[in-house]
Amino acid sequence: MMANQLNSLPGPDDIYREILPNGITVLARSNFNSPSVVVSGYFEAGALFDPDEKLGLAEYTVAALMRGTQKRTFDEIYNKLESVGASLGFNTGVHKSGFNGRSLAEDLPLLFDLLSDSLTAPIFPKAEMEKLRAQLLTGLAIRAEDTGDMASMIFDQILFKGHPYSRPEDGYPETVQNIKRTDLVRFHREHYGPRGMVIAVVGAVEPENAVSQVKRALGGWQAKGQKETPELPPLKMLKKTVSKHHRIKGKSQSDLVIGTNGPRRRDPEFMPASIGNNILGQFGMMGRIGDVVREKSGLAYYAYSSMNAGIGPGSWEVSAGVSPQNVKRASGLIIDELKRFVQESVTADELADTKANFVGRLPLSLESNGGIAGALLNIERHNLGLDYYRRYAELVNEVSAEDVLNAARKFIDPDNLVIAFAGP
Amino acid sequence: MNNNLTQVTLSNGLQLLLKEIHTAPIISSWLWYRVGSRDEVQGRTGVSHWVEHMQFKGTELFPANLLDKAISREGGTWNAFTYMDWTAYFETMPADKIDLALRLEADRMLNSRFDPEEVASERTVIISEREGSENEPLFLLGEAMQQTAFRIHPYHHEVIGDKADLRTMTRDDLYNHYRTFYVPNNAVMAVAGDFETESMLSRIKELFETAPAGNEPARLSRPEPLQNGEVRLSVEGPGATSYVQVCYRFPSASHPDFFPLTVLDSLLAGPSNLNMFSGGISNKTSRLYRALVDKEYVVSVHGGAQATVDPFMYTITMTVHPRRKPEEALAALDREIQRVKEEKVTKDEITRAIKQARAIFAYGSENITNQAFWLGYAEMFANYNWFETYLDKLATVTTKDIQRVANEYFKPQSRVVGTYVPLDGKA
Repeated sequence: MMANQLNSLPGPDDIYREILPNGITVLARSNFNSPSVVVSGYFEAGALFDPDEKLGLAEYTVAALMRGTQKRTFDEIYNKLESVGASLGFNTGVHKSGFNGRSLAEDLPLLFDLLSDSLTAPIFPKAEMEKLRAQLLTGLAIRAEDTGDMASMIFDQILFKGHPYSRPEDGYPETVQNIKRTDLVRFHREHYGPRGMVIAVVGAVEPENAVSQVKRALGGWQAKGQKETPELPPLKMLKKTVSKHHRIKGKSQSDLVIGTNGPRRRDPEFMPASIGNNILGQFGMMGRIGDVVREKSGLAYYAYSSMNAGIGPGSWEVSAGVSPQNVKRASGLIIDELKRFVQESVTADELADTKANFVGRLPLSLESNGGIAGALLNIERHNLGLDYYRRYAELVNEVSAEDVLNAARKFIDPDNLVIAFAGP
Repeated sequence: MNNNLTQVTLSNGLQLLLKEIHTAPIISSWLWYRVGSRDEVQGRTGVSHWVEHMQFKGTELFPANLLDKAISREGGTWNAFTYMDWTAYFETMPADKIDLALRLEADRMLNSRFDPEEVASERTVIISEREGSENEPLFLLGEAMQQTAFRIHPYHHEVIGDKADLRTMTRDDLYNHYRTFYVPNNAVMAVAGDFETESMLSRIKELFETAPAGNEPARLSRPEPLQNGEVRLSVEGPGATSYVQVCYRFPSASHPDFFPLTVLDSLLAGPSNLNMFSGGISNKTSRLYRALVDKEYVVSVHGGAQATVDPFMYTITMTVHPRRKPEEALAALDREIQRVKEEKVTKDEITRAIKQARAIFAYGSENITNQAFWLGYAEMFANYNWFETYLDKLATVTTKDIQRVANEYFKPQSRVVGTYVPLDGKA
């Protein structure tokens, strides 16, 4: 029997949503096809709160959460977790920090216990902090040699100049050196708390059971000191094309990022721009960009476009890895494609192809527990409605070629671009 | 039929594995060929991987541009992988669209064009792919380790091939390789997902059974002789971070010792993730993490073996702590290796390794692409039964087995030790 396509997508009848009295929103959906469970979520403690001179503080704090709590040492925490083949990890973005955990369903109570312990009662042991600092600094030394990472970082620094989005969440060696244990303690006290926290539980557990486990673990958590998130400052727009070469000696290949601003997730242009982006540099073997840079010219193994659309202003960028002597040629080809993209409409065939692709690939992207958990968090974060994935085909299909062109023109001006590349 | 699994060999020798899974409206189809970088002689290194690229360049029926668009339009995902022992192509599609993938694979088994112009443009794409890898210190070190460990056996070179060969190989070299190895009797097809076996089987027969069987391609057989003494090497390059790799000789995946060694790997370096489409777990309470990272000799340590047809290597990779020297990290590693050789591990450690493997298996079964992957992958170095009985075989491992294999395989005289020496701006 064929499983029904539409009913396999999450919707209001199979997503359970409850807001706990302390402000935590819980989303749950069961999937008994495998005896495993995923727990993912986010909370209001992103890098936006980092002082410039201590950039990397939010990241250092999440990395330290599991290094020791009031109840357990670092080794005890991981021993419990790894002994049952479970995993739990924290991460940081600009606006939020988050976590991802998974385990066999039989070990879910343990996973919640460790999540709660790490979030609410970390003690940031001094010795562990220094071990962690050496690891973070090594990560930054490796980043400094990574042509892709550095091209992206330079791109953000130029595009978002004067805006918090210009700052890398993992900071710089000198700012990570500045961070003291007391900074982590204060950051945790002032920014960690249940307000604004969202948790998704997906897998071999009944939703009611999942929610009661969240209640037991985090329902009693109160944090009086939790500060409000600051407003984002306005963004200064580019007035001309800015190009920057970041030199990294001894490398065989350069990484190139060319782009400009993009829509926010909640902007009406988001869907038309996403469809346009797919045509520009994703569809098939990396869209029009892949066709010109890789297929026709043989200049790169990868050349694609991407959009970062979140709470604040986004970015719209084209990335490619090319031989150092071909940076100029590849840039020229990419800019020509951007010009074409804002001059003329996408064709009816291109539009139909991408729409079919967007709708058709949805079941695949929502196949695993992790995929579903990500989708539930996406719904909550951007207020999309529990029926979003059931309405998705409709939202995609109502976009016209004109909508795509208008969205492209609103954001992409081929005379005002950032061109960032890193390599020899 | 056992466990929803059907195994059939078609009249032309194409081996088939079909597994019904009705959890989502998705089907994943994989076609595996027994050809990889170990089937390449000098002068043509990288030819298997390049052939894989050319398989995306079109046939008369499915011209290049049409091919990828057709799959994407239907909401599918597809890709291919070339490894030392095999080359695999897969498509995961909404269940009602799988026919496109089947038709495409049947067609490109026989009819890929290898257009000279496409060969020329792909040459620079692949050189670019190699240059991207050369940006990574661990690629440079890994390549040096492999060519040192394998002087005779064709595991000697990287899958991507040597640049000299990538510059000089011809269209005919590629096409001959394709015609030699892409025959139904050298392939395994594995399909898993939301279908009915009977109709899937008859459709596959219809599409694939017309392909004539070819000569059974001979694989190079040049066993690596015994290594009689530790070899040390260093690779210099840009950066500020040192890495040390240690490679021990390991048996093939079908060897019975592979299972105790898997348990040993799990407790030394943390469980290796066997799945291609679902991640593993952390290793912060493994013996090596506790002895090396916790004690600040290194900032990270990872270990793992690969499931290969012929004996390959167990590789431990350490990112050296900025305040330490590579020799100090190596000495600390050696103390732990010595410990597993001298002292028996505990039963609890084995139980723990088995539970970890069970959890990682469960994560992998959330995903149909991963389940289809295993059907064919296991056939490349053993058979599907290897995968189905994997957890049971781990469960029979004893503490005595672990000590025996530690002494047998962790021999200093048959290892290669490599250091990446960062030039730190002095390049």
